[in-house]
Amino acid sequence: MASRASGPGRVAVSLIALAPAAYVGWRVARWALVDAGWGVIADRYRFILFGAYPIAEQWRPAIVCLLFAVPFGLTVARAKWSRGVVAAWIATETTAVLLMHGGFAGLPEVPHDVWGGLPLTLMLSTTSFTLAMPVAIVLAFGRRSPMPAVRALCSAWIELIRGIPLVALLFMASVLVPLCLPDTLVIDKAIRIVLTFAVGVAAYEAEVVGAGIDGVPAAQRDAAAALGLSPIQTAVQIVLPQAIGASMPATINTFMAYFKDTTLVMIVGFFDLLGAAHAAIADGRWAGYGVEVYVFTALIYGVLCHAIARGGARLERGADGVSA
Amino acid sequence: MTPVDLEVEMRGVNKWYGRFHALRDITLDVRRGERIAICGPSGSGKSTLIRCLNGLEPHQSGTIRVAGHVVDEHPRRIQAARREIGIVFQHLHLFPHLTTLENCTLAPIRVRRLSPIDAEALAWHFLDRLNVADQARKYPAALSGGQQQRVALARALAMSPKVLVLDEPTSALDPGTTEDVLAMLRSLASEGRTVICVTHDRTFARNLADRIVMMDAGTMAESNLAMASSDR
Repeated sequence: MASRASGPGRVAVSLIALAPAAYVGWRVARWALVDAGWGVIADRYRFILFGAYPIAEQWRPAIVCLLFAVPFGLTVARAKWSRGVVAAWIATETTAVLLMHGGFAGLPEVPHDVWGGLPLTLMLSTTSFTLAMPVAIVLAFGRRSPMPAVRALCSAWIELIRGIPLVALLFMASVLVPLCLPDTLVIDKAIRIVLTFAVGVAAYEAEVVGAGIDGVPAAQRDAAAALGLSPIQTAVQIVLPQAIGASMPATINTFMAYFKDTTLVMIVGFFDLLGAAHAAIADGRWAGYGVEVYVFTALIYGVLCHAIARGGARLERGADGVSA
Repeated sequence: MTPVDLEVEMRGVNKWYGRFHALRDITLDVRRGERIAICGPSGSGKSTLIRCLNGLEPHQSGTIRVAGHVVDEHPRRIQAARREIGIVFQHLHLFPHLTTLENCTLAPIRVRRLSPIDAEALAWHFLDRLNVADQARKYPAALSGGQQQRVALARALAMSPKVLVLDEPTSALDPGTTEDVLAMLRSLASEGRTVICVTHDRTFARNLADRIVMMDAGTMAESNLAMASSDR
């Protein structure tokens, strides 16, 4: 960057622009190196990362966190969605739930209400997204169906869900749903929360995928029809792959937003990464060290979101069908 | 009764777009193995005619038969007719998310229910014949205009259609490539395929076709160019 700035004018502008940044950077560095008490992180990092999960069993959430690097890496390496990539995500999400839950092969069962921290954030966001995508695709096509009843139903559902704040949805799922269901039918709270997120994501993603569908030229449908493909084959083989590719930037955008919005589960008694960080300093011993803990948490979010953005950029380039 | 050797039969076909009368009382017979060219200025109804031929656009009156299948509103009959017609669109409309090979195997696998192995063998055969086999693993965006056209032709041929329809095959090509396309089409037609070619290029039409029909403002007339072509 600096090498491109030639001539005294440009150098002056660069210096003036950099001066405030340099000042802020220096203050932050001084705080971080001199004033900050990082002892709180050393003491509480386990709770921040894994919540109230039993200490002796914390290798399980640790493995779960590392496990998510596998499908992510595969997605980025392939730079294209395929059955294998989707299967890797589903396998990872299933394994994560089983490992966290335990109750087999000598692993003690760990109740869902002590799950927390980073694995909870990863599991909630990816699992709800995986569940939401097929629903979003059905809703998006449904909203464009030639059948008026299907069209009206899908539109009404999308608008209803988009009109309710996510927080209200979560409250409904955690308080209202158990009241409405008979006592014999108890759905685990964690499952209710995941499904609630999925319902919310699906409504927004339906519009994202829908925009992608609208972007596929009508001529593509003509070409498919002329080859004898049925309307459903055309939708699945021709329209959907192009729509998914075109909507990839917006989809990654939605995922990033929800990745952080999972923190709303705090209000229904779960401790995701931010929730665990919040709780980690609540015991009084480390009162006054909130900034250190939040900076640490922000760094984790920052690194992960940056990885999603970089991986997403590769996916956006690869998914347009130009690269081999 | 339909004479057995009629591949395409249009009888008194009318088509309106709203109040615009796009096709007026079109009657056209094409015999099996015949090569015909449909000429006429832009907006004369040439493209509408071939879109009606395989049911991409519904017509309002008259009957259309392709290889014995009636083209009407009924989805299954339209499907049956479409299987017999291979279209190469003016702007090709290759599938951008599929490779050249996948473009050519998709419909044979999904519609003709060929095994992937057979479908690939068939696709390789046509890609090879049209000199684009070396482009098989590339995506359409990486191909030149001429290569894209060959792939579109291979995609249509892989369905083994009885009738091959070409919409303005020379519009996007430079003169050298036009010669190539002509040679290719003549060799394909010499194998007994029925070819219907829509073009405004009368030289190309005369060189390709046994018979030329003229269209103007939605009506059709046999042209005296047919004489010129038959004694060439």
